[in-house]
Amino acid sequence: MKQYETVIGLEVHVELATKTKIFCGCSTEFGGAPNTHTCPVCTGMPGSLPVLNKKVVEFALKAGIAANCQINQYCKFDRKNYFYPDNPQNYQISQLYLPICHDGWVEIETSAGKKKIRIHEMHMEEDAGKLIHDEWEDCSLVDYNRSGVPLIEIVSEPDMRSSEEVIAYLEKLRCMMQYLGVSDCKLQEGSMRADVNLSVREVGSETFGTRTEMKNLNSFKAIARAIEGERERQIELIEEGRAVVQETRRWDDNKESSHAMRSKEDAKDYRYFPDPDLPPIHISDAWIEELRKSQPELREEKQLRYQEEFELPAYDAGILTESRHLSMLFEEVANLCGSPKKAANWFMGEVLRLTKDKGLDVEKVSFTPKHLADLIQMVEKKEVSAQNAKKVFEKVFDEDIEPVSYIEEHGLKIVEDTGLLNDTLQKIMDENPGPLAELLGGKEKVFGFFVGKMMRELKGKASPDAVREALVKEVEKRKNQ
Amino acid sequence: MAKIIDDETIENVCILAKLSLDDEAKEKAKQDMQKMLDYVEKLDELDTDGVEPLSHIFGDENVFREDVVTNGDNKEAMLANAPKAKEGQYQVPKTIG
Amino acid sequence: MELQTMTALELSKKIRQRQVKVADGVKEVFDQIEKKEGKVHAYLDLYKKDALARAKEVEKGIMDGTYTGPLAGVPIAVKDNICIKGKKTTCASRILENFVPQYNAEVIDRLEKAGMIVIGKTNMDEFAMGSTTETSAYGVTRNPWDLERVPGGSSGGSCAAVAAGETFLALGSDTGGSIRQPSSFCGVTGIKPTYGTVSRYGLVAYASSLDQIGPVGKDVADCAALLEVIAGHDPKDSTSLDRKDLDFSKSIEEKKLLGMKFGVPKEFLAKGLDPEVKDAFMNTLKTLTEQGAIVEFFSVATMEYMIPAYYIIASAEASSNLERFDGVKYGYRAAEYEGLHDMYKKTRTEAFGEEVKRRIMLGSFVLSSGYYDAYYLKALRTKALIKQEFDRAFAKYDVILAPAAPYTAPKIGESLKDPLAMYLGDIYTVAVNLCGLPGITVPCGQDKAGMPIGIQMIGDCFGEHKILRAAAAYEAARGAFPTPERGGAEA
Repeated sequence: MKQYETVIGLEVHVELATKTKIFCGCSTEFGGAPNTHTCPVCTGMPGSLPVLNKKVVEFALKAGIAANCQINQYCKFDRKNYFYPDNPQNYQISQLYLPICHDGWVEIETSAGKKKIRIHEMHMEEDAGKLIHDEWEDCSLVDYNRSGVPLIEIVSEPDMRSSEEVIAYLEKLRCMMQYLGVSDCKLQEGSMRADVNLSVREVGSETFGTRTEMKNLNSFKAIARAIEGERERQIELIEEGRAVVQETRRWDDNKESSHAMRSKEDAKDYRYFPDPDLPPIHISDAWIEELRKSQPELREEKQLRYQEEFELPAYDAGILTESRHLSMLFEEVANLCGSPKKAANWFMGEVLRLTKDKGLDVEKVSFTPKHLADLIQMVEKKEVSAQNAKKVFEKVFDEDIEPVSYIEEHGLKIVEDTGLLNDTLQKIMDENPGPLAELLGGKEKVFGFFVGKMMRELKGKASPDAVREALVKEVEKRKNQ
Repeated sequence: MAKIIDDETIENVCILAKLSLDDEAKEKAKQDMQKMLDYVEKLDELDTDGVEPLSHIFGDENVFREDVVTNGDNKEAMLANAPKAKEGQYQVPKTIG
Repeated sequence: MELQTMTALELSKKIRQRQVKVADGVKEVFDQIEKKEGKVHAYLDLYKKDALARAKEVEKGIMDGTYTGPLAGVPIAVKDNICIKGKKTTCASRILENFVPQYNAEVIDRLEKAGMIVIGKTNMDEFAMGSTTETSAYGVTRNPWDLERVPGGSSGGSCAAVAAGETFLALGSDTGGSIRQPSSFCGVTGIKPTYGTVSRYGLVAYASSLDQIGPVGKDVADCAALLEVIAGHDPKDSTSLDRKDLDFSKSIEEKKLLGMKFGVPKEFLAKGLDPEVKDAFMNTLKTLTEQGAIVEFFSVATMEYMIPAYYIIASAEASSNLERFDGVKYGYRAAEYEGLHDMYKKTRTEAFGEEVKRRIMLGSFVLSSGYYDAYYLKALRTKALIKQEFDRAFAKYDVILAPAAPYTAPKIGESLKDPLAMYLGDIYTVAVNLCGLPGITVPCGQDKAGMPIGIQMIGDCFGEHKILRAAAAYEAARGAFPTPERGGAEA
């Protein structure tokens, strides 16, 4: 049996988190009734002209810098010509000849260890509109709300060899974009999309096999399945002595199979040429330097800092930085409560447990950092029991309640009220004459029995230490009587 | 010698430009394009080695927009000219998958 | 008072001096249209009712000081490739037969701010592709000097309307000579400004890197005043320039040629130039010299390459710019079709004219895989060499002189038979667009048949002031130029 190696390169489209579209002042907000975010420019009206959103260039540069890219300090937009109704001008404004960033790399980590994936280029372009197939009539409907939303396309070198590496690479890009604040990278909303270029070759072969391109991949799971499916399909063809055809295939995740997207009307000749409506872009050294300086702390740096500054274990630092959103929340709580270590325990424990139990997206976790910080401090000061604090935190997590007053109002605060403590103790001792006799008789085992009873009765209003102390005192007193 | 424009070339160009020509029109197009290409072949005489293609006459300064929403809901105006529209969308023949 | 013989500036002055009512100017224009439009067919659409209503508004605005500019109250015609909100904009094409833009071109807003009155849309070659206005889907425009002849193109409607007195001023657009050549054929004055001087927002693009809107008028002063109205930075057009030297009317105050240096490309006077046009041209050189100008001949080595480079670049851009006309968002859609691509093809094949199809096919080809370098990039390199040659010339000369066209207006029906021959007629105008230069055509003579001949004055980029000064000074030295009625073959 021959051994095959899968060779994978990715084209990842990332929607940039700008307020407006790339070439007009229409909102990029997701959702909204069809065509309510459109204007003459993004619907390709005659005589309309594009004007570049500066933020798009800035975001593309930030992404390029983070991915160790070279910057084309003189870059241009080109028109990519093809007819399709989601493309109102029938050309897409993109970059071919002088993309803004090129020749970079990112490092991924899989079970096999660390690996560099090279970035061939990153370029800016406009997104297309949305086509909906009408259920009642034999027609399609076009909504241009997404038309002109800015994208960067990140093209990797064919450096990946497995779906595990592909997923790690995508996770890496997603995390990086989120940390940079240039995209929220939501696969479900289509703000991150991947086309997979895949070929197989015999292990040891120096040359690449014929590759296919797979589109329509909208989840990490679909990507993993599509890669496995396409790998098998290509190996089968080769084993049968047939040729792999270079083509674009569409993955159908329900059928778990792909089919060729072929049409004689798809000439695949995009006739790229420099867009005469958009003057070239000059990116100065000063601009790059300014962006470099203002580049936020990325995950790797944060992980290290958590280990060094907060003395967290590498594992915890890894988990806490997986989502920039979560790490920001964590840092605020840590700062407010003054104990990063305790805050980390709460996040590693309660926050992630509740997130998982409630089936929540970690990006959606939201509560006032001060609320958790207050809670942590109250536990610290023994004003609330750890057990009760967890219960109260669930309320913070769900409804963002204010924990200090909640604890007061619900009588969960530990009272250093010796009256209550003593009254309860007297009551319990009266109710349990047998065990009391044993205790007074010096049988230490029964001590625990009384502590337990007390704790239950007091419902956390006293700390175990206080209970123990009161019990010891009372026993001493009765012995001496 | 300029490129010879044959039927295949014209057919390919028609796919690119989304035109459908009958035989007579195709023959005429072939001749016209051939004549034009023979004529522009004159450019080959000109030594342009090392000359940078000049795409934009000006463009020494960056031209940018600030990222500020300036447009509201223009749906009605945008759809006013649509040959066919349905439910606030442009209606087109069914696109394949 | 003879309104018809007044220039636009004279009319506005009278209006502002309360000697003439704004509505009188508008009525005068519509009287002329009534008389001549049946023969000339300069217009595709007329807004008589709107114009008269607007006249009242402008009258009030002039009284209350809203409109103080030198062209306030003046009627103007607009080429039909410039969008006016709520008015049909067809580009003389069937594919836009029912297109009503929901926005104004920037120039329209500027005309309104200047208190001008748009009276209608003028005929043109379909999508500005043509040199005769015969490729219009809505009938030919006839030259007011001889109704058997074309007015030139593509801004033939605008130039014919000014020549016939059917408007005081007009806007045209110039991609390869489309203002300067018909101005020559119709005996009027027209300017193609430096690329980026006038916003292209709302001008339906033919070749974006070459297109400029410009004024057409009865004389240099009118054109300078109108250019001053429409020029200026527009943030909606990324290629629009922020110039600070837009006081064009000022540059013609001093009508002095003494010491100005003119260069004449020798090659422009060689083969292909009609002897009568050449005579008129040489006479003009004489007039200039007599006025103290220095005229020298120099050699332009790239002359033969101008038309090939121009047609490759213009067609390439046109093929892309015209892709948006597909029957989806606006305009014509074929009545019957099977599926998406058939809809595209039928729509475009049925609704584009021959010349437009010819150019988008050529454009698609020169950009297609395998030919991009050989044709398109070669043309861009050639353009760079042409630009270098003009740069060198402008180091020596203030103004370059050229004929506006190799011949006077041809007979209707003669030009479209041989497209290539028609393209060759653009020899004196296309380099100006390739290099982004300003150019003005001023009438300088008539042939034996009485058809007007124009001379073209070309400036370096931002050199409008020099060419306007030269043109105004020449105009003063030349004396009054006849109108079709007073000196033409037919009215």
